[in-house]
Amino acid sequence: MAEVRVTVDGVNYADEVEPRMLLVQYLRERLGKTGTLIGCDTSNCGACTVHLNGQSVKSCSVLAVQADGAEVLTIEGLARGEDLHPVQKAFNECHGLQCGYCTPGMIMAAVDLLGDNPDPDEHEVREGIEGNLCRCTGYQNIVRSVQRAAQMMKPGATAPTEQPAPVAGD
Amino acid sequence: MTAIADTTALEFGRSRTRKEDARLITGRTRYTDSITPAGTIYLHVVRSPIAHATITGVEASAARSAPGVFGVYTAAELGATEIGLPHVWPLTPAEKAPQRPLLASDTVHFAGEGVAIVLARSAAEARDAADLVEVDYEPLDPVLDMEAAVADGANLVHPSLGSNISDVWVFDAGAAGTGGSVDEAIAAAEADPDSVVVRRRFRQQRLIPAFMEPRSAVVDPTGEQIVFYSATQVPHVLRTMTAVTLGIPESKLRVVAPDVGGGFGGKLSVTPEEMLCVLAAQKTGKPVKWTETRSESLLAAHHGRDQLQDITITAKKDGTVTGLDVRLLADMGAYLELVGPGVPVLGAFMFNAIYKIPAYKFTCTTVLTSKTPTGAYRGAGRPEATFAIERIMDELAVELGRDPLELRKQNWIPHEEFPFTTVVGLTYDSGNYEQATDRAVELFDYAGLRREQEERRARGDRVQLGIGISTFTEMCGLAPSRVLGSLSYGAGGWEAASVRMLATGKVEVVTGSSGHGQGHETAFSQIVADQLGVPFEDIEILHGDTQVSPKGLDTYGSRSLVVGGIAIVNASKKVVEKATKIAAHLLEAAEEDIEFANGTFTVRGTGQGKAIQEIAYAAFTAHDYPEGIEPSLDSDAVYDPENFSYPHGTHLAAMEVDTETGRVQLRHYVCVDDIGNVVNPLIAEGQVHGGLAQGIAQALFEEANYDDQGTLVNGTFVDYTLPSAADLPGFTTEIVSTPATSNPLGVKGVGEAGTIASTPAIVNGVIDAIRHLGVTEVEMPTTSQRVWRAIQAAQGRSTQETPIDTHSPGAGLGSIDPNNPQGEV
Repeated sequence: MAEVRVTVDGVNYADEVEPRMLLVQYLRERLGKTGTLIGCDTSNCGACTVHLNGQSVKSCSVLAVQADGAEVLTIEGLARGEDLHPVQKAFNECHGLQCGYCTPGMIMAAVDLLGDNPDPDEHEVREGIEGNLCRCTGYQNIVRSVQRAAQMMKPGATAPTEQPAPVAGD
Repeated sequence: MTAIADTTALEFGRSRTRKEDARLITGRTRYTDSITPAGTIYLHVVRSPIAHATITGVEASAARSAPGVFGVYTAAELGATEIGLPHVWPLTPAEKAPQRPLLASDTVHFAGEGVAIVLARSAAEARDAADLVEVDYEPLDPVLDMEAAVADGANLVHPSLGSNISDVWVFDAGAAGTGGSVDEAIAAAEADPDSVVVRRRFRQQRLIPAFMEPRSAVVDPTGEQIVFYSATQVPHVLRTMTAVTLGIPESKLRVVAPDVGGGFGGKLSVTPEEMLCVLAAQKTGKPVKWTETRSESLLAAHHGRDQLQDITITAKKDGTVTGLDVRLLADMGAYLELVGPGVPVLGAFMFNAIYKIPAYKFTCTTVLTSKTPTGAYRGAGRPEATFAIERIMDELAVELGRDPLELRKQNWIPHEEFPFTTVVGLTYDSGNYEQATDRAVELFDYAGLRREQEERRARGDRVQLGIGISTFTEMCGLAPSRVLGSLSYGAGGWEAASVRMLATGKVEVVTGSSGHGQGHETAFSQIVADQLGVPFEDIEILHGDTQVSPKGLDTYGSRSLVVGGIAIVNASKKVVEKATKIAAHLLEAAEEDIEFANGTFTVRGTGQGKAIQEIAYAAFTAHDYPEGIEPSLDSDAVYDPENFSYPHGTHLAAMEVDTETGRVQLRHYVCVDDIGNVVNPLIAEGQVHGGLAQGIAQALFEEANYDDQGTLVNGTFVDYTLPSAADLPGFTTEIVSTPATSNPLGVKGVGEAGTIASTPAIVNGVIDAIRHLGVTEVEMPTTSQRVWRAIQAAQGRSTQETPIDTHSPGAGLGSIDPNNPQGEV
């Protein structure tokens, strides 16, 4: 067994884990962070994407012990209380999800993408989320979501006011 | 007085953002694998790596003594050798149906079939122990090729059946009296110099549904009812079939489909793993969980498509189609899936598509092979049919020297002729092919692209342009129960709903149609908001748990809205009827003087009224209500449709093909779909997008490849190539609406349209780009290698032969051909 000390979504944990345990298994099975999902076993689908020290990683390709001393952010820690992250809001407004299974990973990947490139064009979004597979949406509304989020996150952009019945779709 | 929002604006037709998203975008989800009752035991399946073999021994002592292992069981050790999985769609009484065991005992019939199970304290320990189970196999020759399988003297998948032909199902319009004899039509055309006969063979490759959430089941036997969570599309079917299969009283089973991460037909099944979880939970008295790996999912969850289609079309030289003959070989795999043989047969009624075809015959031979069983996959029978008819309409256009769009227009049912009874006896209630086509042509700039195509051809450009057309229709809303009965299906096609007005004026709606990503909760809430005049936010849609929603037939075949939605409308109307009686009593008016609009009951001609929420509270307190009625507004409805619905549309694809490398690029895609009235355009558009991606992926990227030993060689997401965002362009989609007349909402369904329509549009476009080089056919997926080979062959240039009988070369992006790993040509 190996010891891992890690901060996940703002909470400190210290655990004994099997050295072979993947970060995603640690998150789901030990910490109950079931918002992060597993979609494949070859690091292709990206459903398990989280942030490790601010960078998006597929948590199925990181050992839990490799996260020792690190800070992990999952989909469950992305919103500030009731305040959704702009990427989360945009996925809702642009219908960027259907079954929701790829969504946690897709959102975490998109947040990282926008950190690197705050104003990506369509091509850059498509290339940027290439490592995350979605079987429902055909990606079109995911691309719109990421670009809408980029607009919301621009310096000086005001958060859209909450409409009682937001009508999305252009 | 309850506060009432302004409900005068209709919810129907609004692009509401989805109410279910709030959980899904924050990780507050409950997919089956996230459910772990205390004391859960993990089940892992030991699977055969060999397609066809005799099992000569199972040695499990090392596994049994491994840490954390509760037990290792074969079918015999579970007492399960006599249990067969259900198959509810026998085509004819003569069908040869091998019993599918939960675990193979003597012989394995496809690679991936289970042989034993391991139960352990953790998933990791179960997998570790499974590796210690040693199974001895004596290999047998696998049956892999359908044509060889049906030939005389073929090696048999199941020798006891005496044949690999499971069944032959025929629909002959001449014999049925719904149309003419196609044999006569073909004979007449062959004898007539003013007619043509075009024959083509098309291949529908084998696909894998590849839902993002791997299948999972958790069975908790610790209560009075066994609680059975499953990542399924069909909780109600699963409950009934589990009862029938395992002999458990249905009343002792509660099936829950919690959050389900996509299905696309791939979770329309009753699986061995689910049944094994129930048996293991009964045996141990503990909750048992099974979650498959992605590789297991691709290998052992049912596949889709896999047909050989021999199509003959006859026409006058003026373009009038006179007959269509369809002969299918449909690969069922090693066993008949829950609805397996019904899938190709659903296509029987769609090959004639939007056209007036006077003579028609459909013959489907279902074939057993040593491969993973096939079942429903998005569209189920209709994509195959649409592909064949839309491909051969292009071929006929070439034969006749006609523009393919003009030829279609000449033969389709003009809008003024609806309702129209087709050659298969279905009555299309409404449609307007001209409207959808005209709009698509305009958005696409059809004339401009044809000009560009001509110019590129004239210049001999390396990259050539092709225009692909698909003018499709589909039958949605499975299904009128009597029709299903006439097709020997084991159940009906109705759907159930309940609407409950709570004391506080909030509303609970129970539906038997359980969503797994489609947006049911939002769309159904919009419908009920209009029916009852209550705020959208006050409505809760309950589904996917047989304890909450005891009655239903679940979600597939674009049925949720057109069947389930109508059941909800009918239940809502009953609520209003009941409330009207109480309102009349409280307002001291005659019932016939009460009007209901926007959630308020008023006495005609007066200002007096009461909100439906007030009536709900009055019914709850029951202090003052009329004699002779019960104090409740709650209502149930079961709706059985009388007809299918028939969405249609025109899809146009601009395909670019590099004639030197074979590289195919989708430049521009336009579709205009007529799906009747639209509840929520945002959701409908999303369904079209996702459908397009899957249909396009069949045309360009995906294929389940087997080697000559019957091993699935691309059973991971590394090489079963789902398209990523970078592989697809943005689509131009539009919706036009000719309301259905067969249901009160005028809706038609949209879940499968994109998948059904897009595959032939893409392939027609690819071939159109290189037809001038002599290419008449490219098998799907139309990868660079296949297209390049087709061009070389058409130009009479030789290429080094790759043995295509063992593997489809170059399928998908990044796929490696095991017979030619370097991709040498």
